[in-house]
Amino acid sequence: MEKFLRHQGQVVPLNRANIDTDTIMPKQYLKCINKYGYGDWVFDNWRYLDPGDVNIPTSKRRTNPEFELNSAKYKGATLLLAQKNFGCGSSREHAVWGLRDYGIKVIICPEFPDIFHNNCFANGLLAIELKQEEVDHMFYLAESDNGLMATIDLNTQQVQMNHKTIKFKIDESLRQNLLNGYDNISVTLQQSEKIKAFEHRYFKHRPWLNVDLG
Amino acid sequence: MTNSLFDKIWDSHCVDTNRSGRSVLYIDRHIIHEVTSAQAFEGLRMAQRMPWRKGSILATPDHQVPTTGREQGINAIHDPIARLQVTTLDENCSEYGILKFGLEDNRQGIVHVVGPEQGATLPGMTIVCGDSHTSTHGAFAALAQGIGTSEVEHVLATQCLSQKKPQSMRIQIDDELPQGSTAKDLILYIIGQLGMAGANGHVIEYAGKAIRQLSMEGRMTVCNMSIEMGARAGLVAFDETTETYLRGRPFAPQGPLLQQALEHWQTLHSDKDAIFDQDIRLSARDVAPHVTWGTSPDQVVPITGRVPDPEALSDTVQQAEYQRAQKYMGLSTGTPLIGIPIDRVFVGSCTNGRIEDIRSVANLLAGKTIAANIKEAIVVPGSGLVKAQAEQEGLHTIIKAAGVEWRAPGCSMCNAMNPDHLEPEERCASTSNRNFEGRQGQGGRTHLVSPVMAAAAAIAGHLVDARTVSEV
Ligand code: SF4
Repeated sequence: MEKFLRHQGQVVPLNRANIDTDTIMPKQYLKCINKYGYGDWVFDNWRYLDPGDVNIPTSKRRTNPEFELNSAKYKGATLLLAQKNFGCGSSREHAVWGLRDYGIKVIICPEFPDIFHNNCFANGLLAIELKQEEVDHMFYLAESDNGLMATIDLNTQQVQMNHKTIKFKIDESLRQNLLNGYDNISVTLQQSEKIKAFEHRYFKHRPWLNVDLG
Repeated sequence: MTNSLFDKIWDSHCVDTNRSGRSVLYIDRHIIHEVTSAQAFEGLRMAQRMPWRKGSILATPDHQVPTTGREQGINAIHDPIARLQVTTLDENCSEYGILKFGLEDNRQGIVHVVGPEQGATLPGMTIVCGDSHTSTHGAFAALAQGIGTSEVEHVLATQCLSQKKPQSMRIQIDDELPQGSTAKDLILYIIGQLGMAGANGHVIEYAGKAIRQLSMEGRMTVCNMSIEMGARAGLVAFDETTETYLRGRPFAPQGPLLQQALEHWQTLHSDKDAIFDQDIRLSARDVAPHVTWGTSPDQVVPITGRVPDPEALSDTVQQAEYQRAQKYMGLSTGTPLIGIPIDRVFVGSCTNGRIEDIRSVANLLAGKTIAANIKEAIVVPGSGLVKAQAEQEGLHTIIKAAGVEWRAPGCSMCNAMNPDHLEPEERCASTSNRNFEGRQGQGGRTHLVSPVMAAAAAIAGHLVDARTVSEV
């Protein structure tokens, strides 16, 4: 995985709570079997005025000028700001793949649901939880005429803006994985021997679970 | 030391915990389906890894499968991309020797219906599946978590999850559910109380008299929707109801192994003085049949209620959400829920696609006919075995005689990945679990209800209090 140390970018505000993963990546795009190429479909129902699916080129669809991601002001933004519970609902990782492929590097909100939070880190996307008043302040700046540029420093765990710095905290293991570009599987496989020893003990006590289905 | 049920399962599966408090958690059962597994197998192959314990995996396609024309096998899927996903699951399972109930298998069905009915879901287990409603299996005193595709690959490769121990929450439901209210009404009520993020980061244990009195089907319905409050999992302690359900299931232990298992299973409850990070107490006494009016499961009121007024809320973000939901749903403040006309009715999903659900629907439909304005009403059993059981009981005859379609098993209109879906602005009484914008079809409007409320809506042609629609 790519290392994440520091990132500077523009903030696009989505001032809504409980934005679910059905909204971030509608079901018609879950039929694909690849892991990349979902960027054009992220927020599909909000981004385009006409319905779409895998077979309809997005260039042929009318975009919705009222949706934040489509406004000239937020073009090229890489930091997504949302209200509480962004990414709730379905476990579909396609939602994170869509955000990543669109170019989002960091998502900031007051509180993430667990599965989405895990999916972000598994794909090198930094999901930062800030206090409600800090998020509100960022909304205020991002929605102002000038918009908001911010720098995220994972090393010092800081969001740096014009005149202000906000501290954040990331689970230390996840932070190390991102800083070093480790992938989770390799990290866990370093414990292979422990897992095997565990299995051995475990099945001795629970022989009824030592059954192969296949 | 006193432990909660969650502590007991967690501790007994913890392989290791590192300095920052992250644990390697051993996984007993891995259930997979076609939508979230392809990329995981691809990742496994690219890294030249093998599944750690293929015998722990159970596979079945459910999300994409059509509910008609199933005698044609894979050719029943007309969408080539969907078909590729199902055949990819087939290929991955045969390549690695994984047990799979394919399209033509009578045991095929929704992952969360199939696991329990096979006895592949057992008390005390840790269970994962690349699907958020994996919480369903918690009804069996198992720690069952929904995971993303990267984690599916992680479990395939390591038989473990890497995670921090979630916090614990007990929701104790005192008293009994009133006549005419169901497990679905109970969980909708709970979600209404806690909100969409009310259990983020927590594992919920449901306890109390109302829960103890529920059948396994009812408990599964409750645990199923834990995720709608953001919970990591839902749990119900082991008891006789659990044991009776499991006895004789194909993959459940038998003979001396069962005796040994039972000894362990009987410890699967929270100790008397167990401490929870959050402890909530509610009463079932006043839980009326519930129905959602908006676009998230917590936007819910008793059927006798009205569409709430956004202005009455103090939180401006929530106010905006309510306004948005009203607009999307085509409803306005003060509209009574009873009387809202319905276009389609869907009975099914991992929330309410089990035999008990279908029985209650048939019971209400018996001798009646659906209203003329209903464009389509469908009953989709949760699995091939649920379908067979219902047919053996003659339920399908009653259902069809009422003008309701009797379909083949799958997720169907729960998330509308197969051809069953709503057209824009069509309104549906649905027994599924999510009423998000576009979930059942772009622009479609979903009202979440219990099976008996869905059947009553089909008869009346509009949302109605099922208690006022007489059963024969
Ligand atoms: S029935 Fe619905 S919620 Fe359940 S697994 Fe299928 S799509 Fe998901």
